[in-house]
Amino acid sequence: MSLNILAVDDSRTMRDMIRLALEPAGFTVTTADDGVHGVEVLSGIAPDAIITDINMPRMDGFGFIDAVRGQHKHRATPILVLTTEAAPELKARARSAGATGWIVKPFDPAKLIKALQMVAG
Amino acid sequence: MTDPKSSAPVELLTFRLSDQEYSLDIMCVREIRGWTRTTPLPHAPSYMKGVINLRGTVLPVMDLAERLGLPPREHTDRNVIIVVKYEETMTGLLVDAVSDIIALTSADLQPPPDAASAGGPGVIKALTLLDERMIRVLELSEIVPTPQSDAA
Amino acid sequence: MSAPDPMAEIRASFFIECEELLEALQDGLEAMADDSGDLETINVVFRAVHSIKGGAGAFGLEGLVRFAHRYETVLDAVRSNTLVADGDAIKLFFRAADHLSDLVRESRDDGILPEAEGNAILTELDALLGDHGVAEEDEAEIEFQPLGLSLDLGLADLPAPAPARFTIHFAPEPELYETGNEPYMILRALAELGSCEVTCLTDKVPQLTEFAPEASYLKWTVVLTADVQEAEIVSIFEFVDGLCALTIAPIPSDVPAPQDVSNDPLPELPEMPDLPDLTPPPAPAAEPEPAQPPAPAAKAKATPQSAAKSVVRVDLDRIERLVNLVGELVINQAMLSQSLESSGLSPHSDAMNGLEEFQRLTRDIQDSVMMIRAQPVKSLFQRMSRIVRECSAAVRKDVRLVTEGDTTEVDKTVIERLSDPLTHMIRNAVDHGLEPTQNRLAAGKPEQGVVKLTAAHRSGRVIIEVSDDGGGINREKVKQIATDKGLIAADASLTDTEIDNLLFLPGFSTASEVSDLSGRGVGMDVVRNAIQALGGRITITSTPGEGTTFSISLPLTLAVLDGMVVQVAGETMVLPLNLVIETLTIDHSNLEQTRPGLNVVRVRGEFVSLFDLGVELGYRSAQDSYLDAVVLLIADEGGSRAALIVDEIQDQRQVVIKGLDESFYRAPGIAAATILGDGQIALILDPSDIIAQAQGSTLAIAPNLMELTS
Repeated sequence: MSLNILAVDDSRTMRDMIRLALEPAGFTVTTADDGVHGVEVLSGIAPDAIITDINMPRMDGFGFIDAVRGQHKHRATPILVLTTEAAPELKARARSAGATGWIVKPFDPAKLIKALQMVAG
Repeated sequence: MTDPKSSAPVELLTFRLSDQEYSLDIMCVREIRGWTRTTPLPHAPSYMKGVINLRGTVLPVMDLAERLGLPPREHTDRNVIIVVKYEETMTGLLVDAVSDIIALTSADLQPPPDAASAGGPGVIKALTLLDERMIRVLELSEIVPTPQSDAA
Repeated sequence: MSAPDPMAEIRASFFIECEELLEALQDGLEAMADDSGDLETINVVFRAVHSIKGGAGAFGLEGLVRFAHRYETVLDAVRSNTLVADGDAIKLFFRAADHLSDLVRESRDDGILPEAEGNAILTELDALLGDHGVAEEDEAEIEFQPLGLSLDLGLADLPAPAPARFTIHFAPEPELYETGNEPYMILRALAELGSCEVTCLTDKVPQLTEFAPEASYLKWTVVLTADVQEAEIVSIFEFVDGLCALTIAPIPSDVPAPQDVSNDPLPELPEMPDLPDLTPPPAPAAEPEPAQPPAPAAKAKATPQSAAKSVVRVDLDRIERLVNLVGELVINQAMLSQSLESSGLSPHSDAMNGLEEFQRLTRDIQDSVMMIRAQPVKSLFQRMSRIVRECSAAVRKDVRLVTEGDTTEVDKTVIERLSDPLTHMIRNAVDHGLEPTQNRLAAGKPEQGVVKLTAAHRSGRVIIEVSDDGGGINREKVKQIATDKGLIAADASLTDTEIDNLLFLPGFSTASEVSDLSGRGVGMDVVRNAIQALGGRITITSTPGEGTTFSISLPLTLAVLDGMVVQVAGETMVLPLNLVIETLTIDHSNLEQTRPGLNVVRVRGEFVSLFDLGVELGYRSAQDSYLDAVVLLIADEGGSRAALIVDEIQDQRQVVIKGLDESFYRAPGIAAATILGDGQIALILDPSDIIAQAQGSTLAIAPNLMELTS
């Protein structure tokens, strides 16, 4: 199964890591540098799932999730939040913003793939 | 280094310096060029002939005979520059004339008696006989300074 | 070429990113320090540290993660307004940033992390947070375990426990759908664990008239037979925990399975595809309002990439090769020009016109290639701000570094080679340039000293200045030291500039007591040599009571040089044009002999020592007469001047610099070489070296090089 993934992270290293983790597993990965860029990129693609960082310049992850959920066609698009903290309040906040799930950085590629398959098929 | 019992093949480039036969391991020779005028370096030792343009890089050239302490002589059209590479350094060696490429085995080489080395200890690493002529095999590392050695 | 290891590449790219992040951190802290930042500034600072931590975690760089994490915790407190960053806190943040940069470098080079220093900073950082922070710290540290990332994607096969059976009741809340979760996926994941008997409870589904599209009506009961622990089932529901009613109950093993499922591994699976049809439809199909297709289409056309500045990373070796090839092109073009010009073609012929165009293109290509290697001096300046912090702390002076023009671009190699001399100059400015605090106060100056570092492009060169607002050079003292050390005669009468230039003499040090900062055996002479090696000049200006400025003038690139081509004793040589002040011819009116062997030429009332370049270089012996000889008046970096006799001036043009292999023999007075149009090599002169060799020291004592007969 080839899923199209949009990964939004301001760290080039993280974007590279996500790409490296997912592409060998047959995923197609598109990346964006921050929330604003993510929204721009989203208008040109139809991802099966979105991965987003929280701490980003211009528009952070919460703002980005808001913006995605605000688009009707993405009301049910799975969104995974990448976070360095496993803090419960962070999860709660991500969820109330509309995130589908979360991945704690540094992520294990197998877990990331599993989580994506879990939410997006 | 020279194990007289082993018979590894050795190829030598032989050349003449002041009527004596010398040679270098062919593996360190990059090319042979005809004599061109060198640009002299100020206050250089007399064996340093200067620098030439070797396809865009500046190649230092030394007169091998003078380097070995042989008497100076006039340059002729038969003079050639042997471009050698030792470690990362390229150097041009001016010799009187190139003679031949000879194939031997290391068993044909014999260590020089101490007194035979004209250019001081270590410059001649071995001797061999070819048609009753003595050929001196030069140790390149003793002739070409490495980057670590003192800059004058 | 060996296949590139993707992890190694990302690791390398991570450290490049770290450099950028450290730069952003530095910028942010500077903005915080001088209050020019805004609300976003602390976020940028926080994110920089946070991103370094994130990447470091991925590569298992524990020391880096640990430090970054605790640093980040404190920055987070500032960000969330629970901690006010005062001046001292910001100073500490700077130190922490410096340490972080050390850690990054050591981690990159697999070096040894300076733990003791890090711990000291961490203790201070923790102290900012008080008790609260420390408590939070412990908890967070346990939570954030760095994990070495392996890209082995195969999941380890766990040894199978005895098959167990579970009853799972699962009733989604509407929020489960709102967050993009999907019961079908969860059921499928359960089916992957073992065999499932799924019952969908549809009793809550209302009549169509009462059907609310966003409500959740379906519930499922699953009997799972699988070789798993309960925790594994729970983990499938991790994302929907709290968004559904969920019970997972193990079925005691003595209760028989309803049928022998093990013979039929996945009996329920064919039913699974039907499930999506049963789920409530938050899908676009049931969308009430019509979509507006034209708008997104137009948006999509404005390509997403346009926002980001497109950057290509290129191996430096490839650029070097290109630079070398362009150098060859320039030389070849010069050779072609020379042969065409001597062929007697009409200047209006097609060939000559084409040649002119070729020359222009070559020049443009050369300029463009040089631009590739240009970099802003910002990274260099940031390193200097660290030097100021460390150095001012060591000598207990309050010093502020002001930088200007840090976007000025200079050849990468020049930047790298400027680091050492600039470091020394900055240390000097803090240590010697600025007066002790009590002297400043006594002079009515603010307690805080200012060191200013500026860069600018000026007429094809880069000017870098280091200035301080200190007491200026104590010329009496400088002269005294020079006299004591025998560098000048006791009765020498020197101008202010000449006295200032004594600082550049080898072994000169003005500090009467050697402090541990500048007293490292490196004098300004080393600085000057380093600058000269870059084709640059360094000059001093100083005003008593107001401060001292060191000004460095550098070529934009090391690869080409504007040169004056001259003939000396049959040799063609090149002089750096920037050092040539003027040319003159010797006649009776301007030639003087101050004492036997020392000839001087008078230029507008000033006497300048005269040298025959051919003699100085050992190319010939002194001539009988120098009447009508061509003389180049040159000035070296120190401002000392000399007049060089040459045979002929041929040309002024740009030459490509070729390094000389100096492992062999370092020729005095020669800086480099170039290849001329005819393929011959011409040496590029280092006039200061020639003057220094000829003069010995600063005193104008020329060797007995000429006899004037006239």
